[in-house]
Amino acid sequence: MTTIDAHHHPVPDQRPKKERLFWKNRGHAEHFRSHEEEFDACKFGMWLFLATEVLLFAGIFCAYAVFRTMYPDAWAAGSHYLNWKIGGLNTVVLLISSFTAAMAVRCAQLDQQRWLKINLVITLLCAAAFVFIKLNYEYIPKLLDGKAPGTFYSYPFAHDPHEPLWWGVYYIGTGIHALHVFIGAGLLAWVLYRATRYKAYGPTEYTMVENSALYWHLVDLVWIFLFPLLYLIH
Amino acid sequence: MTTIDTNTPGADHAHHDEGSYLKPKYGALGTVIQWATTIDHKKIGVMYLFAVMFMFFLGGMAALAVRAELLEPTRTMTTELADGTIQTTITGQIPLWSDPDNAAVGSNNYNRLFTLHGAIMVFMFIVPSVPASLGNFFLPIMLGAKDVAFPRLNLLSWYIYVFGSIFGILSIVLGGVDTGWTFYTPYSTTTDPDHWRVVLMVLAAFVLGFSSILTGLNFIVTVHKLRAPGMGWFDMPLFIWAVYATSIIQVLATPVIGITLLLLIFERLFHVGIFDPALGGDPVLYQHFFWFYSHPVVYVMILPAMGIISELLAVHSRKHIFGYRAIAFSSLGIAGVSFLVWGHHIFTAMGELVSTLFSALTFLVAIPTAIKVFNWISTLYKGSIILNTPMIYALMFLFTFSIGGLTGLPLGALATDLHLHDSYFVVAHFHYVMMGGTVIAMIGGIHHWWPKMFGKMYSEKGALTGAAFVFLGFNVTFFTQFFLGMQGMPRRYASYVDEFQTLHIVSTVGSWLLLVGFLIHLLVFVHSLLAGKKAPPNPWGGLTFEWETESPPIEHNFHHEPLCQHGPYDFDKVVPPHCDAKDYPLPPQAGADDAPRTIA
Repeated sequence: MTTIDAHHHPVPDQRPKKERLFWKNRGHAEHFRSHEEEFDACKFGMWLFLATEVLLFAGIFCAYAVFRTMYPDAWAAGSHYLNWKIGGLNTVVLLISSFTAAMAVRCAQLDQQRWLKINLVITLLCAAAFVFIKLNYEYIPKLLDGKAPGTFYSYPFAHDPHEPLWWGVYYIGTGIHALHVFIGAGLLAWVLYRATRYKAYGPTEYTMVENSALYWHLVDLVWIFLFPLLYLIH
Repeated sequence: MTTIDTNTPGADHAHHDEGSYLKPKYGALGTVIQWATTIDHKKIGVMYLFAVMFMFFLGGMAALAVRAELLEPTRTMTTELADGTIQTTITGQIPLWSDPDNAAVGSNNYNRLFTLHGAIMVFMFIVPSVPASLGNFFLPIMLGAKDVAFPRLNLLSWYIYVFGSIFGILSIVLGGVDTGWTFYTPYSTTTDPDHWRVVLMVLAAFVLGFSSILTGLNFIVTVHKLRAPGMGWFDMPLFIWAVYATSIIQVLATPVIGITLLLLIFERLFHVGIFDPALGGDPVLYQHFFWFYSHPVVYVMILPAMGIISELLAVHSRKHIFGYRAIAFSSLGIAGVSFLVWGHHIFTAMGELVSTLFSALTFLVAIPTAIKVFNWISTLYKGSIILNTPMIYALMFLFTFSIGGLTGLPLGALATDLHLHDSYFVVAHFHYVMMGGTVIAMIGGIHHWWPKMFGKMYSEKGALTGAAFVFLGFNVTFFTQFFLGMQGMPRRYASYVDEFQTLHIVSTVGSWLLLVGFLIHLLVFVHSLLAGKKAPPNPWGGLTFEWETESPPIEHNFHHEPLCQHGPYDFDKVVPPHCDAKDYPLPPQAGADDAPRTIA
């Protein structure tokens, strides 16, 4: 019987954390056969997870499509309350952040530690800018006008009786997207922390950078669909 | 020859003693902590097994209470047209925990009970049942891997499951949700004036969905990346194919119920109006969303059970499975079609053309299912059938599942569905598929793998007695409900007209027989754990990887990484591992010219 000796139980690593997490010193989890296999598995898992995220947002897009067909006037009226310039600015902000997130992965692959951190910082600043613009120019003024979802709606000058429904879809869609912005920024901040503290990422160890960047691209992609659907209706 | 580089930094090649995964290491408290923080797929599988069995017990108790209530017709209210006005008289009392001054309390309790039964059985028992328990334990071992791809995620999914279940049970026990397990709007948006119970229940289902997604994602990656050297896709046991197809559905369908339940929570808390016609919303949209997940998910329930049956029938008749590829592809076929049939739950809410299309698509499901059933029966032909408990359960499955599947057809046909929908016929149909399919297969699978999981044999006589009670009890309980449904007994009512009472009594007596059957099984298992004979590594002469390792498996599953050298069902070519060639004579044609397959 042909067998391959699989007895390699790693001894508990006694080195300090700083040394253990340095990218050159990283091994692979015990149940994988090689580092490449682990990397492939993690990346594949991330893509599957992104598929579930797409399907999550698909539900919102579906509700959007149904009610847009039922109440085209309310949708057109609702869209006119939104400023496409602000939405466009946010789109640009997210596109830049997606570019720097991709560059961060590239820098990790090339062992450019300094630029890895700079790119991550720019991405995080863009995330903060996005949330600031969204709150300051969209959510807060709109809520003060009474353009709130559902029963909280109190805007007196509505053109169409179904506008509260539009605001419901608007807040749910952009709100769940904003939640994803926070999660994505949290992941990237974690990567930044480990890059700064431990130099944890380099040419042979960048799974976490790549997967966080993939997540960030998804956040960007969802917004690229939300922006025209919400802001650019006539 | 495959070579694998095992020279990794920090790796120690020295051999050290590895015991059974069940061996406690650090005293009583230490053992509890060891289990609670384990990332070993076998321990997580066992923890899932106990958790889902506990849920099955809870859901079963609720079902028994529902059946007990239905012993009496007790019409609580009759409405009559007398003297030109509608007059309501209260004639009976629903006995269950009811308030003598308020007839509605009894029916409300009844509504909560069947909601408790449905929600527990669907979200907390049957969806995670086979994949999370037997799947977690055996998927990596059958692939020859040391663990699933993401062990920590696996443990996380167990904790998510436990917390989700606690939320769900709390919401019902603390005053109750009476919407039925489907949370249809507007029931779910208008009942329960305190808001939080429905929200908590829906949140529980949402959280349980995450656990389901994580398990499915883990399995897909494991199957893709961690197969043993030499194991191609078509060398995998059919149980793996079935769990793989299940995982695809879990990953692709569950996010949709996630967003649906979130929308329902927003609807409930902020009245956004999406499902509320008063604000321009559409309650039927909820039903579309809900069934877009919940129809595929019934295949999450049945597909792994089908995988178990493929294993049981092949191993216990010592016969190569008939039509391996047909069974493997029909699993994927069922997974694919499952996404296109949700409309048959809402025939009455759609137009004629759409309903006809959905009806036609529904019939499509019957094709891959029938392919499986015929292949299973062909596998038995000329096999050396051993009538032990797992085999008896597999045969039971063929009987009850076929009834369940075939009674799905009159429900999928528009004309007959108009008469049968929302009646006991539907209840009987899905219990024949879910209980007669999934639960029966799962019990068979637990018996089949019990010696491997716990290293102990069970009493065959006791288990067969239990099986007899389960079979009898199941059919007495649910076959009567086909007749009740045909005669017009609607589902979800506590009171009914007197004509139905005889059949209801028969059905309730059947539920007691079922209870006896399950209790016997429980006793047999407890006896096996405490006083069972030690199990040999390969009690049934199976050929898949789990029978190569010890019973129970060592912590890293295998002493040496296994190589796939023969198909999972090559009973006519290979002597099973750990078995004596005398007891497993190979047929003469398996000579020198028919050498075992070589490894790429």
